[in-house]
Amino acid sequence: MTDKGFGRRDFLKGAVVGGAAAATTAPSVLPTPAQAQQPATPASPGYEFLNIEEAAFVEALVDHMVPADELSPKGTDIGIHIFIDRALAGSWGKGDRLYMQGPWRIGVPSQGYQLPLTPAQLYRAGIQATNAYCRKQYKKAFDQLDEKQREEVLVGLSTAKISFDSGPPVRVFWSTVYQTVMEGMFSDPIYGGNRNKAGWKMIGFPGVIAVHRENIEKYKDKRFPHDTVGIADMS
Amino acid sequence: MVTKLKEVDAVIVGLGWTGGILAKELTEAGLKVVALERGGMRSTDKDFAVPGIRDELRFVNRQDLMMNTARDTLTIRNNPSQEALPMRRLGSFLPGDGVGGSGVHWSGHTWRWTDMEFKVRSMYEERYGKNFIPADMTIQDWGITYAEIEPYYDRFEYTAAISGKAGNIKGQIQPGGNPFEAPRAREYPLPPLATILSSEMFDKAARNTGYHPFPRPTANASRAYTNPDGAKFGACQYCGFCGRFGCEANAKGSAHMTVIPIAMRNPNFELREHCWVTKVLKDSDGKRVTGVTYTNILNGDEFEQPAGIVMLCAYAINNVHLMLLSGIGEPYDPVTQKGVIGKNYCYQTGAGATLFFEGRHFNPFMSAGGSNVTMDDFNTNWDFDRGPHGFVGGYNVGAGFNTPLPLSFRPLPRGTPQWGKAWKTATAKWWGSAMNIGSSGSVMANRYNYYDLDPTYKNAFGLPMMRMTFDYKENEHKLGRHAAEIVNSIAKSMNPTHLNEASARTEPWSVVPYQSTHNTGGTIMGTDPKTSAVNKYLQSWDCHNLFCVGANVFPHNSSYNPTGPVGALTYWTADAIKRYVKNPGPMVPA
Repeated sequence: MTDKGFGRRDFLKGAVVGGAAAATTAPSVLPTPAQAQQPATPASPGYEFLNIEEAAFVEALVDHMVPADELSPKGTDIGIHIFIDRALAGSWGKGDRLYMQGPWRIGVPSQGYQLPLTPAQLYRAGIQATNAYCRKQYKKAFDQLDEKQREEVLVGLSTAKISFDSGPPVRVFWSTVYQTVMEGMFSDPIYGGNRNKAGWKMIGFPGVIAVHRENIEKYKDKRFPHDTVGIADMS
Repeated sequence: MVTKLKEVDAVIVGLGWTGGILAKELTEAGLKVVALERGGMRSTDKDFAVPGIRDELRFVNRQDLMMNTARDTLTIRNNPSQEALPMRRLGSFLPGDGVGGSGVHWSGHTWRWTDMEFKVRSMYEERYGKNFIPADMTIQDWGITYAEIEPYYDRFEYTAAISGKAGNIKGQIQPGGNPFEAPRAREYPLPPLATILSSEMFDKAARNTGYHPFPRPTANASRAYTNPDGAKFGACQYCGFCGRFGCEANAKGSAHMTVIPIAMRNPNFELREHCWVTKVLKDSDGKRVTGVTYTNILNGDEFEQPAGIVMLCAYAINNVHLMLLSGIGEPYDPVTQKGVIGKNYCYQTGAGATLFFEGRHFNPFMSAGGSNVTMDDFNTNWDFDRGPHGFVGGYNVGAGFNTPLPLSFRPLPRGTPQWGKAWKTATAKWWGSAMNIGSSGSVMANRYNYYDLDPTYKNAFGLPMMRMTFDYKENEHKLGRHAAEIVNSIAKSMNPTHLNEASARTEPWSVVPYQSTHNTGGTIMGTDPKTSAVNKYLQSWDCHNLFCVGANVFPHNSSYNPTGPVGALTYWTADAIKRYVKNPGPMVPA
């Protein structure tokens, strides 16, 4: 998302707040073709699963967890939010390979995941519950919080110091959120995250290079100079 | 409506390593063999080619080559007083699916289990007395000896292209190998893999302490190789994408590129893909089986396949499940300790440390699945006195890398923040400068660790799921604490910048984090039909034309990966079945 001007997301948020009346004015606030061409990399090529509130949550989350610094651009600039949206919209998010028959019991932690929710349903319910907590605690949704407040919330989620009044178990939500953020940072770029292989470049992982037979002796205890290669680069 | 098909000589349920070996051996012996495989055909060229195979999200996190728990899974619990709940997604272990089975996505570690396992009860009782073995530890001798199956280990190692260094050839200790291994007739077919820095550092530290490290034997071909059957292997490229992946170089010994294509060229063999076997059928007298029923999962059609011999060659858990679903043998009851089917389910334990060395370059992405240096000083070394430590079994300790890819391997010193700038800085700093020392420990059989049919949950075929009841017992806690202590002492001697110390697994076993796909027992082998399901030839005591092949026959689990004895016992059983067809009947008097 660009900092300047009135972007598509701002329009969409306005449309929701303003309801039908705002929606009828939509054409007049759409960016002109010239404006639309300005950003080199649009923040979002569009969401498949996340609604407005969820998208704002995820964007704020990934930018907080992966801030811009000399090691990498920030989360939305490397597409972690897009990865998450696609993962939730796709077969994994819809519960592919998840046994989804009852009876449903929560069991003990050693028995693993026991919720009658697909990952996408869990994500949706968890975002709602987190925002409900934030509104109660800070009078604002998560994406409207300042950095210190966001940090408090994430610490609360990750340590289960926060509990949701009627939402899913915090630990289960957090572990799913954490997993997807890491997947968005370190999966192959074909899935929408790890844009420009920024996650791999940060740690020095060369990607899908096919052969190291000649390198294994030569670079023992030496830094390995390499291009970072993804599946699309070799396809 | 079940269509009854024409009888064949033998039917194989599941086409991985065990089914593949039996298919090749028995079709060559002239038998008409049909294999029924729940998954589809796979080939290296089509399915494991670069770059598509180098996709960690797809093959590790999304488990593309693994069994689909939406269709069939197990219920699990830690003890009989808990209510078992479904393993709704995979975690702790990863059974494979499709032609080649778990032998496609394995890492290749191939060991020879010794008489310390096969004679476990008699050796411990002789040395430590009967009271050393806890009353609820249901370990028993296997009914075979190392000497009997040594030639079959050799056969499997030469088939699967094992790279390694012998430690004991015909009683002569070999420098560079494992001095504690049992005597072998000859060297491994291939020399060890190129070593990597983390293994070399561990090797030096272990040696300085007086231990005996050696290169881990593994089915990653250290150079191009043609096996005795003519199957061609490429040389391992140390690509880092090994366990959980198929190998694009055909450098990882796998059934889909060795025994299976050879069987498929034989007109005596027929593979039927996407066929889910639901039951083994018993004859009216209960002394024989008559075949199996299965569903073609592409269209739902149901068939009965009559067969002279039935061989269960599915994943170890599924072989036991089929026995229970088919009502063959008496189900095990932990209260009365009567019955055998489901008895002695075992797993593995372990403890690992992570060492951080500022300024070193481990280049973890340059590694094979078996890039590891290991020591057996607390494992197959019978001179290690378990007496003062009070545990039965052992553990191996090793260091190296196996598939250290960025979604699953991101070492950080304990206490590092989980996100934000500090997390990024530490992740970037340590990713290439950290290594692990791991230990893998045995799990002895226990009266209360077992399988039976779940009373509540059903799979996609409407059949009761398998129920697994398992937890680590005090014996494994003691072993784990000892292992952690040894791992930490070696780690400290290496003076790392930071050390995440190893600790024993003493919490209840959890189905969530990956631990190992080494599930054993359930239809165990032995000398007495009252305490075992199959005899030494893996032949059912109840139905003499039924053979249960796989790690499900292990009466307990060692610290080693199971594929070595699984492969050896399969060749051993193939020879037994060749004799059986000439003279059908029980091969061991009951």
